[in-house]
Amino acid sequence: MAASPAYGEEKGGSSSLGEPEYGHDPASGGIFASDYKRHDDLKEMLDSNKDSLKLEAMKRIVAMIARGKNASDLFPAVVKNVACKNIEVKKLVYVYLVRYAEEQQDLALLSISTFQRGLKDPNQLIRASALRVLSSIRVPIIVPIMMLAIKEAASDMSPYVRKTAAHAIPKLYSLDSDQKDQLIEVIEKLLADKTTLVAGSVVMAFEEVCPERIDLIHKNYRKLCNLLIDVEEWGQVVIINMLTRYARTQFLSPNQNESLLEESAEKAFYGSEEEDTKDAKAEAASLAKRKPYVMDPDHRLLLRNTKPLLQSRNAAVVMAVAQLYFHLAPKAEVGVIAKALVRLLRSHSEVQYVVLQNVATMSIKRRGMFEPYLKSFYIRSTDPTQIKILKLEVLTNLANETNISTILREFQTYIRSMDKDFVAATIQAIGRCATNIGKVRDTCLNGLVQLLSNRDELVVAESVVVIKKLLQMQPAQHSEIIKHMAKLTDNIQVPMARASILWLIGEYCEHVPKIAPDVLRKMAKSFTNEEDIVKLQVINLAAKLYLTNSKQSKLLTQYVLNLAKYDQNYDIRDRARFIRQLIVPTEKSGALNKYAKKLFLAQKPAPILESSFKDRDHFQLGSLSHLLNAKAVGYQELPDWPDEAPDPSVRNVEVPEWTKCTSREKRKEKVEKPFYSDSEGESGPTESADSEPESDSEESGSSSSSGTSSSSSEEEEEEEEEEEEEGSGQQSEDKEGEEEEEKRKKRKEKGGPRKASPRSMGSEEEEEAEGKKVKKAAGPQGKKGHAETSSEEASASESITPPPPQPVPSSNIISTSLVTDLEGLTLTDTSLAPALLSPAFGAVRTYELLHRMAGEGLSVEYCFSRRPFPGDPHMVAVQIQISNNTDAEVKSLRVSEPKLLAGMRIQEFPEIESLAPGDTASVVMGIDFCDSTQAANFQLCTHTRHFYVSIQPPVGELMAPVFMSENEFRKEQGKLTGMSEITEKLTLPEKCRSDHAIVQQVTSAANVGRVPCGADNEYRFAAKTVTSGSLVLITLEWREGAAAQLTVNSEKMVIGTMLVKDIIQALAQ
Amino acid sequence: MIHSLFLINCSGDIFLEKHWKSVVSQSVCDYFFEAQEKAVDVENVPPVISTPHHYLISIYRDKIFFVSVIQTEVPPLFVIEFLHRVADTFQDYFGECSETAIKDNVVIVYELLEEMLDNGFPLATESNILKELIKPPTILRSVVNSITGSSNVGDTLPTGQLSNIPWRRAGVKYTNNEAYFDVIEEIDAIIDKSGSTVFAEIQGVIDSCIKLSGMPDLFLSFMNPRLLDDVSFHPCIRFKRWESERVLSFIPPDGNFRLISYRVSSQNLVAIPVYVKHLISFKENSSSGRFDVTIGPKQNMGKTVEGVVMTVHMPKAVLNMNLTATQGSYTFDPVTKVLTWDVGKITPQKLPNLKGIVNLQSGAPKPEENPSLNIQFKIQQLAISGLKVNRLDMYGEKYKPFKGVKYITKAGKFQVRT
Repeated sequence: MAASPAYGEEKGGSSSLGEPEYGHDPASGGIFASDYKRHDDLKEMLDSNKDSLKLEAMKRIVAMIARGKNASDLFPAVVKNVACKNIEVKKLVYVYLVRYAEEQQDLALLSISTFQRGLKDPNQLIRASALRVLSSIRVPIIVPIMMLAIKEAASDMSPYVRKTAAHAIPKLYSLDSDQKDQLIEVIEKLLADKTTLVAGSVVMAFEEVCPERIDLIHKNYRKLCNLLIDVEEWGQVVIINMLTRYARTQFLSPNQNESLLEESAEKAFYGSEEEDTKDAKAEAASLAKRKPYVMDPDHRLLLRNTKPLLQSRNAAVVMAVAQLYFHLAPKAEVGVIAKALVRLLRSHSEVQYVVLQNVATMSIKRRGMFEPYLKSFYIRSTDPTQIKILKLEVLTNLANETNISTILREFQTYIRSMDKDFVAATIQAIGRCATNIGKVRDTCLNGLVQLLSNRDELVVAESVVVIKKLLQMQPAQHSEIIKHMAKLTDNIQVPMARASILWLIGEYCEHVPKIAPDVLRKMAKSFTNEEDIVKLQVINLAAKLYLTNSKQSKLLTQYVLNLAKYDQNYDIRDRARFIRQLIVPTEKSGALNKYAKKLFLAQKPAPILESSFKDRDHFQLGSLSHLLNAKAVGYQELPDWPDEAPDPSVRNVEVPEWTKCTSREKRKEKVEKPFYSDSEGESGPTESADSEPESDSEESGSSSSSGTSSSSSEEEEEEEEEEEEEGSGQQSEDKEGEEEEEKRKKRKEKGGPRKASPRSMGSEEEEEAEGKKVKKAAGPQGKKGHAETSSEEASASESITPPPPQPVPSSNIISTSLVTDLEGLTLTDTSLAPALLSPAFGAVRTYELLHRMAGEGLSVEYCFSRRPFPGDPHMVAVQIQISNNTDAEVKSLRVSEPKLLAGMRIQEFPEIESLAPGDTASVVMGIDFCDSTQAANFQLCTHTRHFYVSIQPPVGELMAPVFMSENEFRKEQGKLTGMSEITEKLTLPEKCRSDHAIVQQVTSAANVGRVPCGADNEYRFAAKTVTSGSLVLITLEWREGAAAQLTVNSEKMVIGTMLVKDIIQALAQ
Repeated sequence: MIHSLFLINCSGDIFLEKHWKSVVSQSVCDYFFEAQEKAVDVENVPPVISTPHHYLISIYRDKIFFVSVIQTEVPPLFVIEFLHRVADTFQDYFGECSETAIKDNVVIVYELLEEMLDNGFPLATESNILKELIKPPTILRSVVNSITGSSNVGDTLPTGQLSNIPWRRAGVKYTNNEAYFDVIEEIDAIIDKSGSTVFAEIQGVIDSCIKLSGMPDLFLSFMNPRLLDDVSFHPCIRFKRWESERVLSFIPPDGNFRLISYRVSSQNLVAIPVYVKHLISFKENSSSGRFDVTIGPKQNMGKTVEGVVMTVHMPKAVLNMNLTATQGSYTFDPVTKVLTWDVGKITPQKLPNLKGIVNLQSGAPKPEENPSLNIQFKIQQLAISGLKVNRLDMYGEKYKPFKGVKYITKAGKFQVRT
């Protein structure tokens, strides 16, 4: 290689020496040259020393390449210009080189030195493009040089060059797959890169080179999740697809419990017996090992961080997120993707085509998801046929008892369409609806029979085929239709339809004894002119008639069989011979003859008409393989969920010193989260500790890499363990509590990795609750469980905010509100958005769900734990405490048959397998009350009994506290005046005239957070309704003496009014 | 991912090819032609075709097929979306995405494709970055270039490529700082025979034209943001702000772009601004039929409905039409059987009507179905959903920009079944 630069220069020198010869008038030569000489004058121009001439020549050459003409003979002349100063010439030379280097490897080597020089250029664009071209030249001999260049570029200062290096990896791999190990090293290095620019490209390289090395992702998993929103759109698609696969190997199925429930419900409808037993076994097995499912926080992180991308303008990104949710999300959450997918239906027709294919698959498995959007799938006469047919497929999948009448009315319009392929598809769709929904079978059948008199033969033929399938379900009632169809044999020519009619008549010849032989007579006459499938059915008909009505049809059958015997098609000859042996008794024919009737006229099961999209979901949705319904080259199988989750700690990342935060307040907020902290219950902007990559990076506005800021803050979260230690150094009181905490964690970790990851925790208060849970599991606990706090926990919370003297049971409330104040101080500058707080944990009122007497010894109480419900932020968490006061074991306690108003949703608690006598169990369920105080009715089932119960939430439980500064509070209040403001005067009773008494009463009446306030005699609280997130702002103004004024501002007027009433009542007590 | 790209015109000529990996022979397109022949209609060519060694993923835009060759598994939408982005870029650079424009600018096209894909994986698709790398052709520039010898290609890395706001370049300068927003809403509807609405929905977009110097941080709020049900954003919009406060906060790209597109929540009833009275009938056993259509305004909130055009795909048996229009003019193309009636503005005093006789092929059976009527219209200064921009604030720059908002309502896929 050392010689080549010299050689290159020499060449350059010679061309400049030779230049005067061509120099005087090359342009005219270029234009007027005749064809066979044209390449010569291009050469001349390339050899000139004028950039404009070279450029002109290169442009013409590129135009030739673009048209697919061969320009390879110019290679030597072009390659000389690779070092040209003019950047456009240079770029065009690159284009040429990449195109022809493979064909002219030796000459291509001449250019390598230029690129090697380019790799050292101070301009990052030149470094990058040198690497791009170098790696694009598919010349095996330069593999070592490429490898070296990639390695070097992978640690380049410029992220753009690193990105190019990532792009170069698959190129080198395809050139020489022996380099895999070295390339994996580079990939590993680049995966650790923190810039968004690199992330997408390196994951793409990962997918092409080593998709099986899932272990490389562990350490980068959280970073990728957090960077995702800032990665460019194409990178997002690749990353999301890869993470889907990753998650399938690392987490447990979020639907394992539900799928069982669902299966057992469905069994009643569809299950055949053998399936039943199989299912029962499976159920028993899974019952044995079933334990409450807790989603891995990392799993939740992925779902949470991808959700905003459903709003992307890029259809591919939306589809990628949709498939991720479909494959990974708990059933209750998958619904969010429907809206986004329906939006894509407005896009280009190719996009529609792909989206509809995927919707068709999804709609089979999750019908409910698309039902609200039924009308978006209605068909317009201007849609292309392929789109129409897909929409029809979706409509058919969505059809159920309630919407079938609307769908059929739509279908009626479609049948009259001019597009005959579409009409045929519609008829089949009607057939499918009719088989799936028994209620409308007759209606459909009547409609189809009417179509038999349609003028278009295709329509009639299609109807015949579908009617045949439908009739098989209940033949006895429809001899009229069969007769009608028999008449059609005279007119209808479509072979498939004729064959169908003949089969029908043969099968049900006993229902039409007069007509059948006549049809056979006609068919015998035209036998020789029929298509093969029709001939086969004629033989079939003849055989059946011979068996049932041999008197009339014996001769005809003989005749048909004789004709068939000499048919050109050997299938037909075979069939004729076979049937003759079977039905006509001779000496030779054995015992089979006796059973001929049974053989031919056995009851045949009705065909099941099902979607061609059924079972397509074993391919990863959105993939090429799914679309083709065949495995494409390089398709990575979507693995099944593991039975046991692999160790989640592999995703933990050690973090360098400098990212630790110094601010005490900031530290505190986060320390309160347990190690695997995940704030699933809270919505986006709440996590002050979590990075907000979007706003962070955008606001910085500088050209520095956006990734670092967000990823570092993400890591901060992860090194809490260290911080905890650090914190205990600073505050010795803390230490005890945290060590205790540590121990507990370890204890749990021993118990199994699943349990080690706690649910969403926002604050210390919740850890206490977690602690309590552990205790609850250990033994039964009284109903005032929340009021008693263990000394250890109390000391932990007190050490941070020493509580002012106050009545004992509500120590938590005050400390919370103080924490609020403290947080307020630190947060007001940084975040404008109101943040949801971890809820105050006050004296919790319990309500009775099932009395001991009514429940035959089973008593159930519930309370609103005021914690965000893990899994769905729109749900109110309801803690249910079940005590078994009978003397027998209560088995399989579960929720069933919720009767809910529109929009309300219930997330049942995992089934309790058994509850020993005298035992108490505590579970959490989530209910989305839709911001209304309507009761949620459902059944509580045991293995023996069902109890109808209902939970009616007090209005104060329908909200979650929200943090805001005083200014924000005023601002928001200003927006919610007029109708949304409710003011009431009240008198405060004697005992309610101290600060904390008021705060306590208000926070116990409603789940609200205190807002700092400048004025002495004013109290402010803020919350957001759980479902819609509308703000509820409460102001209590304490005037002189006992007089006070309560103001509630809320968009939800009903909630406001009720809340006022409740608070006044609480304060009056 | 994307191996090669072929551009094919309607008559089946491959007029441009580009390969990002080894060269794939043009003959691979034969599979495409085969599928095209089978599909009869251009819009029915399946976007994904599987061939023995490759997969072909194609889009059809502006009478050009963009056929890409794929060798391994890749999300099909990824390719489709990318191809559309390529077509958008051509449109942006040359003003139109036509065969002639591409042929005239073949070198720029090649340079663009080179930058947009590297080894088949998208590299730079943001138009702002591309424009810094490769300057769009203008007459002035080509004159200047031929004199000074400077080129169309930038030699430094575009600033956007490295920043975290790749859609905007640094150092934008305007003498007049302006920001315009067009709120365009389209009504998609299916009206059935009796005039009742089967399906209606409002889809809207906000297209912006922003010419502001420096790095402005804009803040757009609506009077009634809750109307917006399903929104998709330009990447510049801060999602979290929208989630929490329902305001659009963004550093805009320079020039024209689509800020958001949205769907108005389906609970709201959609006001249909026009009604159509129609009487189309074909007589049995005679080769003629009647055609009588009247369009009238309805619920148009005091604005005039203008730019009304009706297109009807008549059944194949129709030979000719003899109609008289009380307003506007009509054309009937006997080859494609498309009737177009350009009505113009609707005045409620005198409703436009198109009436006359349809001549059918003699002997042909009476058409089964009456054709459905596709209506287009436009209403200026009205967003039919009632969406209103509240205010636009700008931070980060000192000057006072000129701001403007325009509302237009249009018919989207507006179809009347008869």
